[in-house]
Amino acid sequence: MNHNHNSSKKNLMTGSKIILESLIKEGVDTIFGYPGGAVLNIYDELLNYNAQIKHILVRHEQGAAHAADGYARASGKVGVVLVTSGPGATNTITGIATANMDSVPMVILTGQVPTNLIGNDAFQEADTVGITRPCTKHNYLVKDIKDLARTIKEAFYIASTGRPGPVLIDIPKDITSSVYEFDYPENIELRGYNPTYFGHHIQISKLAAEILKAKKPLLYAGGGVISSNAAGELLELAELLDLPVTSTLMGLGCFPAEHPLFFGMLGMHGTYAANMAISNADFIVAIGARFDDRVTGKVEEFGKNAKFAHIDIDPSSIGKNVKIEIPVVGDVKSVLSSLLEVLNGRNEEISSAKYERLGWLEEINGWKYEHPLLYHMKDIIKPQYVIEKIYELTGGEAVIATEVGQSQMWTAQFYKFKNPRTLLTSGGLGTMGFGFPAAIGAQIAQPDKTVFDIAGDGSIQMNIQELATAVQYNLPVKIAIINNNFLGMIRQWQELFYHKRYSFSEMNVNPDFVKLAEAYGAVGLRAKDPDDVVPVIEKALSIKKPVIMDFVVDREEGVYPMVAPGAPITGMLLV
Amino acid sequence: MEKTHILSILVENESGVLTRVAGLFSARGFNIDSICVAKTLEKSESKMIIATSGDTQILEQITKQLNRLVNVIKVQELTDEDSVLRQTVLIKVNADETTKSDIFRIKEIFGGRIIDVSRNYYTLEVTGSERKIDSLIDILRPLGIKDIVKTGIVALQRVKRTN
Ligand SMILES: Cc1ncc(C[n+]2csc(CCOP(=O)(O)OP(=O)(O)O)c2C)c(N)n1
Ligand SMILES: [Mg+2]
Repeated sequence: MNHNHNSSKKNLMTGSKIILESLIKEGVDTIFGYPGGAVLNIYDELLNYNAQIKHILVRHEQGAAHAADGYARASGKVGVVLVTSGPGATNTITGIATANMDSVPMVILTGQVPTNLIGNDAFQEADTVGITRPCTKHNYLVKDIKDLARTIKEAFYIASTGRPGPVLIDIPKDITSSVYEFDYPENIELRGYNPTYFGHHIQISKLAAEILKAKKPLLYAGGGVISSNAAGELLELAELLDLPVTSTLMGLGCFPAEHPLFFGMLGMHGTYAANMAISNADFIVAIGARFDDRVTGKVEEFGKNAKFAHIDIDPSSIGKNVKIEIPVVGDVKSVLSSLLEVLNGRNEEISSAKYERLGWLEEINGWKYEHPLLYHMKDIIKPQYVIEKIYELTGGEAVIATEVGQSQMWTAQFYKFKNPRTLLTSGGLGTMGFGFPAAIGAQIAQPDKTVFDIAGDGSIQMNIQELATAVQYNLPVKIAIINNNFLGMIRQWQELFYHKRYSFSEMNVNPDFVKLAEAYGAVGLRAKDPDDVVPVIEKALSIKKPVIMDFVVDREEGVYPMVAPGAPITGMLLV
Repeated sequence: MEKTHILSILVENESGVLTRVAGLFSARGFNIDSICVAKTLEKSESKMIIATSGDTQILEQITKQLNRLVNVIKVQELTDEDSVLRQTVLIKVNADETTKSDIFRIKEIFGGRIIDVSRNYYTLEVTGSERKIDSLIDILRPLGIKDIVKTGIVALQRVKRTN
């Protein structure tokens, strides 16, 4: 380094200080992390920033990644992670891949061995950019302190614009101690990165015409509605034209579940009404959704009587699995607003379209009453009942994180999500262990909200160590364990497709979750009878501490409807 | 449908770009038949020409995902009809009294050059379309090919004729 040259400049700082100043420029006030050798310089500097940046010390780096993810999903801000090289970085991989699949904006700062040791199999060295290349939106290795501030600026921009996603910055230790002028760039120049925000007006007019013309239209909404903050526009569009709405798992909350135009989730565990509507519609508008195989079932039969339009910010999502007649590349919010403008004032067309579709809405409502979501409870607690009561007792206003498995699907079916960013779930990667740290992140983003993790007994054990984090920071997260002593979703598949050969899906040994909570300094409650459920939830809600509720439920309850993998979504197994 | 495709990819000249691009192919088990990368007139950019064969629909998906990469500036598919495609081959052939004159004749026909001569071998350099190179190899094979190396395909779009 040419120190003589540098010292003539103003505003000299170490790399560590440049990193923290840059984070402040990006409006970051919270980071989730875990220290180690390669990031010691940054951690040392961090003590000086106590007033501006809150650092949450997790108990496992996977927890840091999921917590930052939950923070981002709940708030819409970029989640930030700071971990060390080697094992610190590799421990975050599941969390990064989870965020990548669900398009969550995150910036992950990983320490790296000093530049002169890279490639030497140095202590705690891992090729972090190599490992994370396929599971990040973009990543960087900073090899020169001159590039540090610009890289951070770009990372935040890339993470939060277009189709959002995680961006990783790998920072060698020597960069964090060397000194350079801090000059945070104002502008960004990325020739290869220009997300399209505004839909093409010709496509939007075509879409408007087709929506008016269709006899059996349907809106199929996904997580893109939530990430572009377009729930308001979606509601306006649906109400303007009486359009029925179904949503993916990731889309839940983008449309009020109790609204008469909403027919629930579609797909493998979707409602009868939603799956029948897809199969009978003549025009389907996919909005920020990506035709996942868990949604489409046998893809050749998906919407087989319909023409498709697809609104998405990511051109590579469009036409990937299903042929699209009207593709509209653009930000969902902006496209829907333009569409509403195009429809504005065409009152006659609108009322005649609405009139002609009365029969279609009746037809879907018929399916809804024919096969509603059902369960039958006698003297053993049914999981669905627990979710229903959590919904009622929180007035649908809680933020609900989930783990993965049956408990996740029951949550999607029985908690009637009203508002966007209230369901935090790993839809794409299906990561067990996601929910609890995500709930911690959400609670930090929204201290005044009630935050739940609805968990299975298997999943909760994948990141249970974060209970110490929740206790340390006094985060009153409520963990509801739907305890069936099974990897229940696995058991259900084995029941249905493997002649009840329950190969390694029984949790023969589980901890006593009540004692476990107490051991961590949290509160443990248990419900064994249906009568216990409401009092336990009420008690938990009254305690301003982390609480584990252990709901001992019917061990072999199944999630229904269910479509066998690869079957058409009309082929539903019902209760 | 399986078919040979030529992609011309303009990228920012940064480390790791080649891996990012290649990764999109390998993640789908797509083979890259050949690849050529070099700087353009702009120091900050490179052009890659990738030849690959495979399902057209999957390739379309790969193309969209290439466009999604932050360092990729532009992706174009080039075809035989709208572009000039060229490949260069260096071939070391057995050159004894009986074959020398044949080699000269073949070199003339293919518009190539002899760039290295030793007692027993001649090395030929020939540039042309992939088909031309293939037939050159077929013709030389009976004479005894000692070694061979080919560049990847390079391709440039023809100037569009306006009339
Ligand atoms: C990390 C991870 N490993 C394995 C799986 C496969 N898997 C999906 S659901 C499931 C069972 C989950 O059991 P539990 O958390 O008890 O929930 P339940 O289905 O019983 O409600 C498993 C093992 C997964 N999704 N994630
Ligand atoms: Mg379970």
